[in-house]
Amino acid sequence: MASASGTPYSMEGGHGSSSIHVDDGDHEASGAFFTTDTTRLDELKTQLDGSKDNQKLEAMKRIIGMIAKGRHVASLFPAVVKNVVSKNLEIKKLVYVYLVRYAEEEQDLALLSISTFQKALKDPNQLIRASALRVLSSIRVPVIVPIMMLSLKECVTDMSAFVRKTAAHAIPKLYSLDPEQKDNLIEIIERLLKDKTTLVAGSAVVAFEEVCPERIDLVHKNYRKLCNLLVDVEDWGQVAIINMLTRYARSQFANPNAEGQEMGEEKFYSSENDENSDSDSKDEDQAAGKETEKKKKKPYVMDSDHRLLLQSTKPLLQSRNTAVVMSVAQLYFHTAPSGEISQVIRPLIRLLRSHREVQTVVLSNIATISASRKGMFESFLKSFYVVSSDPTHIKMLKLEILSNLASETNVSVILREFQTYVTSNDKEFVAATIQAIGRCASNIDEVSDACLVGLMSLVSHRDEAVVAESVVVIKTLLQMRPSEQKESIIQMAKLADRVQVPMAKASILWLIGEYSDRMPKIAPDVLRKMAKSFPNEEDIVKLQVLNLSAKLCLTNPKQTKLLCQYVLNMAKYDLNYDIRDRARFLRTLLVPAEKTPLSKYSKKMFLAAKPAPVLQSTFKEREQWQMGSLSHMLNTQVNGFKPLPDFPDEPPDPSVRNVEVEMPWQSPSKARSKKRSKKTGLDAFYDSESSEVSDSGSSGSESRSEESGSEESSGAETDSEATSGEGTEESDSEELSVSVDETETSDEDSSEEESEASEQERERKRVKKPPATRPSKVSGLLKLSALTSQRR
Amino acid sequence: MIHSLFMINPSGDIFMEKHWRSVVSKSVCDYFFEAQTKASSPADVPPVLATPHHYLISIYRNELYFVAVLQKEVQPLFVIEFLHRVGDVFTDYFGACTELVIKDHYVVVYELLDEMLDNGYPHVTDINVLKGMIRPPTVLGAVVDTVTGRSRMSNTLPSGQLSNIPWRRQGVKYANNEAYFDVVEEIDAIIDKSGTTVQSEVHGSIECAMKLSGMPDLTMTFMNPRLLDDVSFHPCIRYRRWESERVLSFVPPDGKFRLLSYHIGSSSVVMLPVWVKPVFSFREGSGSMDLTVGPKQTMGKQVEDLVLTMSMPKTVLNCNLTCTVGNYLFDPTTKILKWHIGKLNPQKLLQLKGSISLQSGGGPPDSNPTTEVQFRISQLAVSGLKVNRLDLYGEKYKPFKGVKYTTKAGKFQVRA
Repeated sequence: MASASGTPYSMEGGHGSSSIHVDDGDHEASGAFFTTDTTRLDELKTQLDGSKDNQKLEAMKRIIGMIAKGRHVASLFPAVVKNVVSKNLEIKKLVYVYLVRYAEEEQDLALLSISTFQKALKDPNQLIRASALRVLSSIRVPVIVPIMMLSLKECVTDMSAFVRKTAAHAIPKLYSLDPEQKDNLIEIIERLLKDKTTLVAGSAVVAFEEVCPERIDLVHKNYRKLCNLLVDVEDWGQVAIINMLTRYARSQFANPNAEGQEMGEEKFYSSENDENSDSDSKDEDQAAGKETEKKKKKPYVMDSDHRLLLQSTKPLLQSRNTAVVMSVAQLYFHTAPSGEISQVIRPLIRLLRSHREVQTVVLSNIATISASRKGMFESFLKSFYVVSSDPTHIKMLKLEILSNLASETNVSVILREFQTYVTSNDKEFVAATIQAIGRCASNIDEVSDACLVGLMSLVSHRDEAVVAESVVVIKTLLQMRPSEQKESIIQMAKLADRVQVPMAKASILWLIGEYSDRMPKIAPDVLRKMAKSFPNEEDIVKLQVLNLSAKLCLTNPKQTKLLCQYVLNMAKYDLNYDIRDRARFLRTLLVPAEKTPLSKYSKKMFLAAKPAPVLQSTFKEREQWQMGSLSHMLNTQVNGFKPLPDFPDEPPDPSVRNVEVEMPWQSPSKARSKKRSKKTGLDAFYDSESSEVSDSGSSGSESRSEESGSEESSGAETDSEATSGEGTEESDSEELSVSVDETETSDEDSSEEESEASEQERERKRVKKPPATRPSKVSGLLKLSALTSQRR
Repeated sequence: MIHSLFMINPSGDIFMEKHWRSVVSKSVCDYFFEAQTKASSPADVPPVLATPHHYLISIYRNELYFVAVLQKEVQPLFVIEFLHRVGDVFTDYFGACTELVIKDHYVVVYELLDEMLDNGYPHVTDINVLKGMIRPPTVLGAVVDTVTGRSRMSNTLPSGQLSNIPWRRQGVKYANNEAYFDVVEEIDAIIDKSGTTVQSEVHGSIECAMKLSGMPDLTMTFMNPRLLDDVSFHPCIRYRRWESERVLSFVPPDGKFRLLSYHIGSSSVVMLPVWVKPVFSFREGSGSMDLTVGPKQTMGKQVEDLVLTMSMPKTVLNCNLTCTVGNYLFDPTTKILKWHIGKLNPQKLLQLKGSISLQSGGGPPDSNPTTEVQFRISQLAVSGLKVNRLDLYGEKYKPFKGVKYTTKAGKFQVRA
């Protein structure tokens, strides 16, 4: 990476510091200091060498100003780097900025600053530790890789989550500097993925994606935790995690829309969705759903972890961050059962109220989705109506979507809307509208006649471009159903003289040639006129004139043979080699010097019935890309794009995601233990693993235990199921105390725990965690429980 | 992730650049300028561009372009959202996001950008956390700093960052505790020639201005929460509580923020407060227009700040009009006709009438101009949304509470 971007740099570096001339004056607002170059740099140097902090600060500010302007100030490096030890935080901060920018060029001098960072890494203040690590890892000097590695290893075990987050950010930097460190880095990533704070989770996943996206096995143990944390992670982290989990889901779970199961699946989930709005009974619904599902002959049972992913991402559709909403939408699109995908539609429509750029991206994604699933957006048709203040490219996307959505029921509404668009002042948009009308007409038989009439009326429009576009579209329409349209074809032929736009002219000529039998009088005359103007025509028209002459020569040799030869002769000396080529090829077939076996077949070759073109959305082909990706937007494979894997035929063993949790009685906190037990119970229900939980029994819901009993025969099942019911209730009543806790959070440790608590509060009803069968062996967890006890 | 950021002003100068990884040469922006010349209007530049070695994602905001340079696959929305967040932070810090302001505060801008991205990946973007780390520049602050020699940079991590409510800092204190809510609704509508509504929707948001001490936990209930079926929340809102009880429960950030925004779909009938009837007729070389406006369903409220804007066809040379109320303005260069009416008086006839002169030889224009309508109605939420009550838990004081409703025109267009 360094080498790739090093090249453009050297271009700039070539003229180096000498390129700084007298300033153009637009920096004057921030202090009049750009006099002549050398004196000023000297001045800055003396300021930096001086002993007064405010002088130094002033100098540093000016230097930053120059960097911001894109000027080259590497010559000050020695003077600046000295100040890295400054006690003044602001100077220090600015020196850091400078260092990160220029260290790559002044590698030797940059080494002078390293010891300062090493010292700062031991500082009791977490902010200082974090920023030291940030700068140290941002200095792109290969010599210090071992030092970076060492500090990184230290920082991932730091007490402060903020420092650990910074450490996670440092991993990709180190990796791009020295890919050989990969194995070491993977170890660190593995450790960070286990981190339970929401602050770290997002950054750890980013590091994972950059360094070792292929090591999907590292995710297994953390999968459920990530799902549960997701709601509380900051928005950028959510995007990273959701994207990673999309890939994970595609590789680890069975396809929910596999052949033969789709119907049952859809029914089942749509019934569940209906009740979703009433929300509270969700868990039961699902349990019931699972049950009915299982009774079926050939059951597809969604892995409970797959369900967990879909459930824990759903609230994020409400996020104010458009990128998060888009990520969830693509997750649903790529991994959810087809009946559930509709849930993401409304949030996507909401995004259309956002900034222009957001609209562009969202609309192009909707265009792709609607190309194959028009039903989904049908009820939102009006949201895609064009407003006159939309920029042209957004109008185009809206048109694309509207014509994708056209169906028998709504086509009249859409066409009425198109009618107003056709009168717009934006010619490019009008042309696109005409194409869209063409697509509606070709896809829906009922309206194709009406459309054709409408388009024919546009042919007499004043604007050349509009006429041309309608001619081209009419040609395509006529080609689809020529038998009924004699009148229109003749009318088109009459246009041949008037139309000047090459593409339209070519279309008309092609039509005449193809259906010359229907206008035996007109066709030869048109050819005559075209022969006259042949030398002045555009290439594309010339080719069609050649085609026309060939076709007429075969059907009506008496009148046109000579004309045809004339045209061929002219084409023989054309400037364009394509045309010369075509002429030569036609000549040997039509007016052969000697009888060749081929010329017999020339009629078959030229007058064959041609299949009518199918007009379909250009966005259809974008389905191959992951929704919301840059590749999709550009419709090309972008550097670093990882195509989504297909669902496996046989999903891998789900038990790899089971994590051992410490026994409830180990945890001194009653509240925590209850939540644990709740998870345990639920999971056991699905995984049919029996478990014993300390505070089991009690209320529970009768119906629930019945359900599980009828479903699985395991004895422990009823027990744990009852617990799960109780767990839910318990945490319900807990909510208040948790929210009070929240307000009192102050020290790091508690916040770490707290975030988990609140996460559980939010995820209350859906949390599932694997059973606690044995006392924990995992060291990380022991640590956690130790931490907990320390706190309470 | 994001490699570099270039800020470009309307005249095409790159006035600021920032690199988070190795330096990318300015020349990469040439591809952007190329696309810019192709676009018919500044807003029409495609937001995503591919160049041989890089990808450019740009936003257009306050007449400035922010161009981000990428090398690898990233979700475009991720970058776009981030760039807008940068713009939001600048606006919050400096009161505006213009070239002049950014140049004035280039040091703070640079510090902010440095904090917001680490290695091209968003680091600290929450405005309250940022303010804890880098103090916003104020005149008073600058004076105090020079006198005391205090630094603008904080040397401790803002406490919010580490708690699970990162949006609120601790130890907030106010002498007067106040909580104000602005319910702002916008009507989007397309009305056709004959006066029938083609499409209409209502979008709303609740903007808050909070001055509350300590860690208040607020609960807000609505008279008719069912109205809100498509909502997006500030992260502070407890989603589960909303799902189960339709109650907004949250610990608010300090200061101004948007609590939620909502969208009321086209399924429900929207009341349109005004009607507009434009009549145009064009002939060769001249034309005439007659525009009348009146109140429709205003629910007894006053329609204010009524402005009608039309973008006239290119061939229009001048307009010679008279209006019964307000004043009109025609700009011959941009071809925009604006009629300021102000308060809508139901008793009076509101008419803008007169002749239009056209370029000779161009023929009459193909289409009549669309009329864009702007207005404001205070003390009315057109959807009927009403806040029922606001309760405060966790703190002992009684805050001063207030809710204000406003309805505005969003994209309100009348086709002619």
